[in-house]
Amino acid sequence: MSLNAAITGVGMSDIGRKTGRPAMIHLAEAARRALECAGLTRDDIDGISTYPGKADNSPGMSPLGTGEVRNALGLKTRWHSAVPDGPSQMAPIQVAAMAVATGQARHVLCFRALTESSSQTATQRASIPGAGRARLGGWYSYLVPAKAMSASNWAGWMAQRYFHEFGMTREHLGLVATGQRAFAQANPSAVMRTPLTMDDYLGARMISSPLGLFDCDVPIDGACVVIVSAADAAMDCAQAPLTIEAMGAALGSQETWDQRPDLTTMGAHDSAADMWKRTDLRPADVDVLGLYDGFSIFVPYWLEALSFCGHGEAKDFIAEGNIGPGGRFPVNTGGGQLSGGRLHGFGLLHEVCTQLWGRADGRQVDGAKVGACGMGGGFIAGSMLLRRD
Amino acid sequence: MRPLPELTPENTAFWTGGAEGKLMIAFCADCAHAIHPPQLICPKCWSEAIEFKPVPGTGKVYTFTVNHQPWMPDMPVPFALAVVDLDGAPGVRVTAEVVGMPPEAVAIGQTLRVTFANIEDVWFPQWEPAQ
Repeated sequence: MSLNAAITGVGMSDIGRKTGRPAMIHLAEAARRALECAGLTRDDIDGISTYPGKADNSPGMSPLGTGEVRNALGLKTRWHSAVPDGPSQMAPIQVAAMAVATGQARHVLCFRALTESSSQTATQRASIPGAGRARLGGWYSYLVPAKAMSASNWAGWMAQRYFHEFGMTREHLGLVATGQRAFAQANPSAVMRTPLTMDDYLGARMISSPLGLFDCDVPIDGACVVIVSAADAAMDCAQAPLTIEAMGAALGSQETWDQRPDLTTMGAHDSAADMWKRTDLRPADVDVLGLYDGFSIFVPYWLEALSFCGHGEAKDFIAEGNIGPGGRFPVNTGGGQLSGGRLHGFGLLHEVCTQLWGRADGRQVDGAKVGACGMGGGFIAGSMLLRRD
Repeated sequence: MRPLPELTPENTAFWTGGAEGKLMIAFCADCAHAIHPPQLICPKCWSEAIEFKPVPGTGKVYTFTVNHQPWMPDMPVPFALAVVDLDGAPGVRVTAEVVGMPPEAVAIGQTLRVTFANIEDVWFPQWEPAQ
């Protein structure tokens, strides 16, 4: 029941903090590496897509749109698209899959570039929507002016409700943060690689209760490219095609972070449920996971959304060691965004693909053939299941 | 200085009701659906007969967070943000800063009452202890 679309190459720039490198240099590096991975050349690329497109409403959040990248890389395309309102940061990959499956393009270069680390200052924080503007509209005008300025506040009140209903504690989220750091130590491209103990985690300053410093991902400068190819074209590439088995984009609640009737669930639950309706594979078939960890609390939400455990059971699922190094369902094996840096989901998918190709040196999950990826938090959600035959 | 909401036809009553001490919520005049954030059309029945009505201004804390990070240089911290299930408007929550009590005293299930803070042409709902 798979789509006629596959991931054939991934590439990531040398990401870092305060790199001072222009976004386009990061992007070109990621594109070069993705093409090399796929065994393709620039002239094979006939489509381009991104999330969200060039955006200046938050410092360094999206310095490049498809137009600038087409111009700089000299691309001639039959399909281009930027998706600010789609199902999460994964939207450009889902759009690319539909573009190649319908024959609009053969090889689509999907990219995400950020310079949040270099761009933020004391008065212009990264990821504060509308920072520096006098008047705001849209969904966040009910949050940011009310001093709920950061996604850490929105995720914080979700976590508070979840803790209240299900007895989760900071120690459970600490297992997510320390487990991912342990993975990051085996990933040379992760930005945070020094060991992180539970004491370090619990002793760090609070950001927005119950979330502390190590519950929050790390703003970085960097770019990531994922190449999506038509199934027949993928057969000619250097790597075994990673077939897009199924994807989910459903959303049943409002575009807000406080009105969903049950805030111990999120858009992920709608998106993931829709994905599983489109495949015969089940969670037990999955070998490796990339789950959005802009905040640690999203990992248990995604685990439940994707039915790896029941509602309210993620704390035990995590405590039993399922998701860390050596676990049955390893999550964010490159360190995730908590330790690897915030590439808005693209980095998580990059890692899942690397695992499925057996190229995750030092942290490889033996025999990984099926990967699940969930991107987004709150109302933002997209799901994908990848299969290497 | 925090950013202010842009006042629009759909939201002006909500953001300015505090001038008369009223928390104004949008309701559908045809199906009585409570609508928040306010819209020009009822998301339930698509009626365009939207009316703003004052609600009692009390509610129960559904969840909360205590913010410790100064997101702007002049932002005093810590402060609590409460997501409150409104009395008199089923399904509607209003998220606002909690004032008049220590942030660490906020708890899920607690009853709070609205009060307003005026900045320029906006009256921000804030939550304070009901007693």
